Amino acid sequence: MSEKVLMKGNEAIAEAAILAGCNHYFGYPITPQTEVAAYMAKRMPKIGGTFLQAESEVSAINMVIGVASTGKRVMTSSSSPGVSLKAEGISYLAGCDLPAVVVNVQRGGPGLGGIQPSQSDYFQSVKGGGHGDYHNIVLAPASVQEMASLTFKAFDLADKYSMVSMILADGTMGQMMEPVSLDAGEVNTYEKPWALTGTNCERKHNIVNSLYLKPEALEQKNFERYEKYKQIEENEVMYEEYLMDDAEICVVSFGITARVAKNAINEARAKGIKVGMIRPITLWPFPKKVLCDAADKCKAFISVEMSMGQMIEDIELAIRCKKPVYLCNRVGGMIPSPEEVLAKIDEVNKNGGAF
Amino acid sequence: MSVVFEKPKALTDAVLHYCPGCTHGIIHRLVAEVIDELGIEGKTIGVAPVGCAVMAYDYFTCDFVQAAHGRAPAVATGVKRSDPSKIVFTYQGDGDLAAIGTAETVHSAARRENITVIFVNNAIYGMTGGQMAPTTLPGQVTQTSPYGRDVETVGYPVKVCELLSNVDGAAYIERVAVNNVKNVKNAKKAIKKAFQNQLEGKGFSLIEVVSTCPTNWGMTPEKALEWVEEKMLPYYPLGVYKDIYAEEEAK
Repeated sequence: MSEKVLMKGNEAIAEAAILAGCNHYFGYPITPQTEVAAYMAKRMPKIGGTFLQAESEVSAINMVIGVASTGKRVMTSSSSPGVSLKAEGISYLAGCDLPAVVVNVQRGGPGLGGIQPSQSDYFQSVKGGGHGDYHNIVLAPASVQEMASLTFKAFDLADKYSMVSMILADGTMGQMMEPVSLDAGEVNTYEKPWALTGTNCERKHNIVNSLYLKPEALEQKNFERYEKYKQIEENEVMYEEYLMDDAEICVVSFGITARVAKNAINEARAKGIKVGMIRPITLWPFPKKVLCDAADKCKAFISVEMSMGQMIEDIELAIRCKKPVYLCNRVGGMIPSPEEVLAKIDEVNKNGGAF
Repeated sequence: MSVVFEKPKALTDAVLHYCPGCTHGIIHRLVAEVIDELGIEGKTIGVAPVGCAVMAYDYFTCDFVQAAHGRAPAVATGVKRSDPSKIVFTYQGDGDLAAIGTAETVHSAARRENITVIFVNNAIYGMTGGQMAPTTLPGQVTQTSPYGRDVETVGYPVKVCELLSNVDGAAYIERVAVNNVKNVKNAKKAIKKAFQNQLEGKGFSLIEVVSTCPTNWGMTPEKALEWVEEKMLPYYPLGVYKDIYAEEEAK
């Protein structure tokens, strides 16, 4: 392990990206992720890389497409309203099967919303967000350390499966400072025979494209892509289990709310309530199996999230509605307190298990 | 027997899908001849637009990426920044470049991106069946200006070369046409210079090619060429709008 340094989450993402071999970054200022761009603006010229402040998020994601099509590692970052603008480009990245890393440091919405932390882009991130049938790999860090280590992971998965990996963070993750070890480990390299490197007049031209005018061909392409997604669902699910061995109540939470929930769970345990937590680290692929198994042992689930109830739908699907799932949420930039989560655990413990 | 005329090496054998009389074929050929003459086929990467030329990737032998509508200059920026030794060009129509992609066009010029933009202006959206374009002439009838473009309600056409000539970062901006032999020859000279500029690291070059759309203009190919001369060129005068290196030399 390398030495630990004290960093903001946004800076940890930026430095981790560079250590992962990303020499090209395109961004546009938006709170609360601007530190990523500021960090890149300082560092990239020193390593001979590209930092470019685009005229819009739309342009930034299309510059990402340009670099990705040449086979090099590339990243962009933004916050909720900016990610909506990138949705077009993300759909094209999916349609062209191009690898890239997109960071969303979420803030409250809809519209211009606010600048305080939120998790209300869950649907947008895990269901696609742009037009067409596709998924992004979605990673949800819950510490500054994970902001770095999941960035390494995101680049690896993007290249491995030739698709977009998204870091779905939130304003707290972006802004808070914690000690972090920046050790990329061994960086895997992947063959990219499709990359636009110039034919050198030695091979047939490579074409990066998402247009298929023959419906049979487009259908086939979608089928192939979903075969790939199936493999990812089988092989790349990541989650953390906390005190689940004897848990009767299962809290499900990701990112900053998982940390709040952990405190509440500790207090509930001190009161003798058998409660544990499953924290999805990959939001897509969603940890369906571990949740479904937990439904056989637990009497109820609580989804703690900073949205009006988005992940809760995936939990209900994962456990096939075998047990009740309750929502504990704050929105608009408000973060639930441990006391609020504890009160929900208490309530479910008293009345839960019955629909 | 000696060969006096042949297909440029930079073009594939694919059959062009363009309508009879459309001048895209001529412009493709000119770009391909320039690529051949400069010997850059192996290191050229093209960016295709959305519009009639979307399938340009099938017609050129170089590597190609297909961009979202209007985003070709942003995609080209990424490709060029990834490897500045490559020759990167976009090939875009008027709807793509001058409406939905106006920001990408202006800002890639302002950033002095060392790329070449081939801008085909035929005053109409061809691929979607003939709607009003940003460059549709006042009074011109299209599917979405059925009573003629009324400048009182929908405003005026965008003159791209005039606009970009005021952008400091742009190096070379010229408007050409392909409606007669003389103009075709001039067009080739301009396109060649726009690629040469990039080879020499001179920055952003854009060549606007005034083109035809017989199908959606509702004219014979011959009549369309006349319409270019009579209607288009008075509104879109040909010539060099900016050439910072020629200006420097003149000083």
